[in-house]
Amino acid sequence: MTMLSSKPFAWIAWVAQGLLYALFALGIATFSSWPHYRQLPAGQALIKLSFTHTGKRVADCVQRTPAELAKLSPNMRAPLQCPRERSPVIVEVDLDGTLAYRHVAEPSGLSRDGASTVYRRLQVPADQHRLAVRLKDNTRSAGFDYNRTETLTLKPGQILVIDFDAEKGQITFI
Amino acid sequence: MMSFLDATRNGGLLVYRRLEQLFDKPFDAALNPWRHLGALGFLFFWIIAVSGVYLYIVLDTSASGAYRSIDWLTHQQWYLGGVLRSLHRYAADAFIVVTLLHVLREFLLGHYSGFCRFSWLTGVPLLWFMYISGIEGFWLNWDSLGQFSAVATTEWLDSLGIFATPMTRNFLGNAAVNDRLFSLLVFIHIGVPLLLLFGLWFHIQRISHAGVFPPRPLALGTFASLLILALAVPVVSQAPADLAVVPGPLPLDWFYLFPHPLMYATSPGSVWALVVTATLLLFLLPFLPRPRGYAAQPIAQVHPSDCNGCRRCFDDCPYAAITMIPHPNGRMQLAEVIPDLCASCGICAGSCPSATPFRSVSDLVTGIDMPQLPIGALRQALQDQLDTLQGDNRIVVFGCDQGARMDTLAGKNVATISLICTGMLPPSFIEYALRYGAAGVLLTGCRPDGCAFRLGSRWTEERLHGTREPHLRASVDRLRICIAWADRGEEKTLHNALEDFRNRIAAHDHALI
Repeated sequence: MTMLSSKPFAWIAWVAQGLLYALFALGIATFSSWPHYRQLPAGQALIKLSFTHTGKRVADCVQRTPAELAKLSPNMRAPLQCPRERSPVIVEVDLDGTLAYRHVAEPSGLSRDGASTVYRRLQVPADQHRLAVRLKDNTRSAGFDYNRTETLTLKPGQILVIDFDAEKGQITFI
Repeated sequence: MMSFLDATRNGGLLVYRRLEQLFDKPFDAALNPWRHLGALGFLFFWIIAVSGVYLYIVLDTSASGAYRSIDWLTHQQWYLGGVLRSLHRYAADAFIVVTLLHVLREFLLGHYSGFCRFSWLTGVPLLWFMYISGIEGFWLNWDSLGQFSAVATTEWLDSLGIFATPMTRNFLGNAAVNDRLFSLLVFIHIGVPLLLLFGLWFHIQRISHAGVFPPRPLALGTFASLLILALAVPVVSQAPADLAVVPGPLPLDWFYLFPHPLMYATSPGSVWALVVTATLLLFLLPFLPRPRGYAAQPIAQVHPSDCNGCRRCFDDCPYAAITMIPHPNGRMQLAEVIPDLCASCGICAGSCPSATPFRSVSDLVTGIDMPQLPIGALRQALQDQLDTLQGDNRIVVFGCDQGARMDTLAGKNVATISLICTGMLPPSFIEYALRYGAAGVLLTGCRPDGCAFRLGSRWTEERLHGTREPHLRASVDRLRICIAWADRGEEKTLHNALEDFRNRIAAHDHALI
């Protein structure tokens, strides 16, 4: 029986196979590390504004009267009645005296009782900057509840993280 | 829309076939990597798994120790750990390449609907698993490349807005990355590939005799090329991760990490749109309406009175479309066709022991048959063609509707019979043709491992070589049989093969005189 599709391996076929295997390996090696990628252009720095913070309640808690408590089932008799909804958190960032970012972070959750979160990247030239950050977490207060202003020198490629420390109640620069 | 899709597919298939045939020359069809993409994917998976086991043993899974332990492996133990690390990475890259080519090939061949729908649909989530485990693998090294990928990925995930606390905060500063987080990352990097393996098992469930390992020479050649690459260009770590600094120019692995630059060049939303659209399209493809004029082919039909329950069709069906049930006569088994899985290829008819043209019954009925081309009609067609052949060196060519076209071969001393798949031909038909007037029989069809129905060419060869039932009887003169596999588009090759064969037959007959 003649098999015309199969043929003996000639040396040229071995060479061609070797070349094709080499080409395959070369392709893998090349695109596993080339071309190089630069995320941030030279001479730039990055400011990351990121916090997760629960705003103040939109209304005050109310003390229940004994009569009101009596109407409730025994396991529900909490003396304070608090609204679940939280204030949205408003944040503003000024860079060298100019408003660079403003955001109203709504509270999460169906009942708007969760934390408000913000994540924002701001690409800036690596240089000295005057940075002012304002945060408001209470709809019932006037103006911003937290402020921080600083003059910072950012190096090329540096990442400055602006966060909010709820325990200390202050805006942090890391 | 469908006509556009069909035209694109057909055009792409032509280009792909040319490329495939180009590789047939140095590799031969049986070892052609383009015909073993799925099996190569399995090979790369096992290389990744085996090298990964060693890397896991030596990896310090703490946030501070991961980089140090991998760096030690790369430089102090370069001959083992370093090579395995490089193999792990390069095999992962190759895994993506062959898998995407596998998807493209199966799409071009139309293997996404009908009897292939299950394999197609179960393959789509595997692409996600591959990318999840691959991308996340870069993080474990915790160098600047891992840092970049981790931050970019979490920023992308956070853009969905579904996490109560943004995932990016896990990578906000060096202090935020702790050992607990790293243990979770290791767990994901082991767990997702296990899911992938489980998914692969599902993926090949409806395929019998699935090629889960490439032919040995191809496997050795592929492994050797990766090993040489690992030795010549070892994978090394970048600078340790420092979340206070944006990494400088990075040697990005574009096979896995291309979504990150794409996201920074466009937006997280556009990358989500791209991947979700691609995933949906892949999922919806099997459910799109068939092209106008498409007619579903009848499936194989079992004739209980002629089925002796021998299980040959059960063994030979490429798509596990045949199951065995108790025969109504209560003494043996009976083949039963699962309609949704039947590819209508007729390979089962070619395997049936009752499909022999030498049976004296006037109405030749087999145990399992194709309604569109019953074995009885095939015998009649062969007989009619043999009766009309004239001249010396009469040749009968059996081919298939999927391989090279045979229209131009027919002549006064050449009879051509096109089957659904060459694997449909019972070997006894060759003996029948030779006994009743043919000087030679030429078999053609798709090249091995390129068979449109996967196993037709392979089963035909094995039946003719006597290693598979039903086999060609030993008394049949092998010099009068020629196999010339030729894909669609290789009509000239087939024509030349026929001329060669005819000359050889003439020389053989002349020598006998």
